[in-house]
Amino acid sequence: MAELQLKGVGKRFDSVTAVENVDLTIPDGKLVCLLGPSGCGKTTLIRIVAGLEEPTTGRLLLDGEDITGLPAHRRNFGMVFQSLALFPHLTVAENIAYGLRIRGADRAAQNKRVSELLEMVQLPGLGERHIAQLSGGQRQRVAIARALGLEPRLFLLDEPLSALDAKLREAMQVELRLLQQRLGITTIIVTHDQREAMTMSDLVVVMGDAKVLQIGTPLEIYRNPVNTFVADFIGSSNLLPVTVTGRQRVDLAGQSLTTPSIGAEIANGGAATLSIRPEDVHVLPRGTEGENRIPGKVTFIRDVGASVETHSDCSGMEVISVASPKDRPSVVLGDEIVVELPPASCVVLSQ
Amino acid sequence: MRRGRPESLTGWLSVSWPTLMLCVFFVVPFTIMAAISFFHRVEGGFYEPGFELANYARFFTFFFGRILGFSLFVSGLAAVVCITLGFPFTYMLTRLRRRRQVVWLVFLLSVLSLSEVIIGFSWSMLLSRTAGVSNLFVALGLMDKPVSWSPGFAALMLGLCYLAFPYTVLMLYPPMSRLDPQLPEAARTLGASPLRTFFTVIVPAQRGAIVATLIMVFVFTLGAYLLPQLLGRPQHWTLSVMITDQAILQSNLPFAAAMAIFLMLVSLALVGLTYVIGGERDRS
Repeated sequence: MAELQLKGVGKRFDSVTAVENVDLTIPDGKLVCLLGPSGCGKTTLIRIVAGLEEPTTGRLLLDGEDITGLPAHRRNFGMVFQSLALFPHLTVAENIAYGLRIRGADRAAQNKRVSELLEMVQLPGLGERHIAQLSGGQRQRVAIARALGLEPRLFLLDEPLSALDAKLREAMQVELRLLQQRLGITTIIVTHDQREAMTMSDLVVVMGDAKVLQIGTPLEIYRNPVNTFVADFIGSSNLLPVTVTGRQRVDLAGQSLTTPSIGAEIANGGAATLSIRPEDVHVLPRGTEGENRIPGKVTFIRDVGASVETHSDCSGMEVISVASPKDRPSVVLGDEIVVELPPASCVVLSQ
Repeated sequence: MRRGRPESLTGWLSVSWPTLMLCVFFVVPFTIMAAISFFHRVEGGFYEPGFELANYARFFTFFFGRILGFSLFVSGLAAVVCITLGFPFTYMLTRLRRRRQVVWLVFLLSVLSLSEVIIGFSWSMLLSRTAGVSNLFVALGLMDKPVSWSPGFAALMLGLCYLAFPYTVLMLYPPMSRLDPQLPEAARTLGASPLRTFFTVIVPAQRGAIVATLIMVFVFTLGAYLLPQLLGRPQHWTLSVMITDQAILQSNLPFAAAMAIFLMLVSLALVGLTYVIGGERDRS
């Protein structure tokens, strides 16, 4: 029921371009993450959607209706702010009922909705508390309940979980995702945490330097990053300099490797970057040479219990491999080994 | 924090210096004034030690009751006017860019350098018939003939507010600039227009600062004794004017001292009351 389209949206602050020419469709009922490093324009973009910033160029369409000039208070978009922005002079219940009060709903309706919402965010009975008496996680839930109070057409969250500790954050990610799916509300979340984006979203929009770099499902972006920036930002990646020698062949420090088809924009004979995820790299003992296997030497082993990370030096390049404990390669520091870069897992990117 | 008696010499010094200052500049003069307020006045002379309540008894007449009431009313009104104008002004000020904020603050600080005397005479001139702004309005065709607006109650209120306005802004500025800018934005996304946001979020969230500033302006204008004489008519003279009059012109120091103490007690009581009411609502 609520599909948002951004057409050529841009924002300039004096001489600084915060957002440049963004075309984006947020499908109805989906959760979309705007992901990028700080200063990439993702917060400005969500503020434009909320109506808190006016775009310099472009238009916003909600179900085909132009809302570019509609002020924030007439949009009915629920928003959770980075600072949460809970009203310090009101109780939990008064905070959640604020939107209803502004709408002029009567007391009984307000109370009913507040207890419904408190139930939904699993804080029943806390309505009379003051904001200062709540823990970080509880404040988070109150902010979510308040934003959903008016059954908004769009649910916006600006780095909502950044103030929580790691464990609580992971739990809230799952909870927020389940809540969003249950309500079927079109949602946009801004985050710089790629794990958060991967956990929660239907669609990830990777931003960098005021532009949208890639739009896709989490797995698509993880498997097929469009450039080295995305590959490096989404998870960790081995980025190795190579020379293209054929349609499916590259040269890595004198070793010829097979890769999936290389895009036409990368010239034959030109320099390129080979990206491969650490968990796709296999470490094997010396003497088992074969296709896409290159010799190296173990320089560092990090065993963190849940996974084992092996760093190898292959002709001066560092290749990192991550394996689960049961696949732990039987190598020790300084061993001569070969690393296998399976062709299907390799992605060749222009530099 | 360490409590109890200071042990070292420097510890003693750091405590005794403020104590000494407080004694010399506050406790001693105040005690002298309190004592004089009970002394006996010698007609045509000065005063002699004694103990009588006659000075205090004199307040309980209609004349002084009216003056006290009027003084409290004038200061209360000035405080309310200053907050009504100063609060939105300070809010807009904190919304400006840093550089422009500094310009405004420097301007306000420079207004502070003007004394009550200069402010009083300037306004009485600006509001006069012969040289005042009404001549400008006549020249612009807005009025038929120049009029005199001073002395009068409006002129007095204008002068007091002009005097207290920079203090109001400077006192509201720190808490206002610490206000989370996302608070009004959150109210906007919840459907509140900018005006409703101002009254339902910004004003209540700053209640503590508003109460503190009200008290400050109230007490500050209560002490003004020149402006009522320069910009007001005799019926607009406040208790501070009467105290000056009794002390300097009538040489009745015991009565002046008694009035000063009474004024202080009444304003303290009012300040305490405001504080209690403000604090109670904060906790509820």
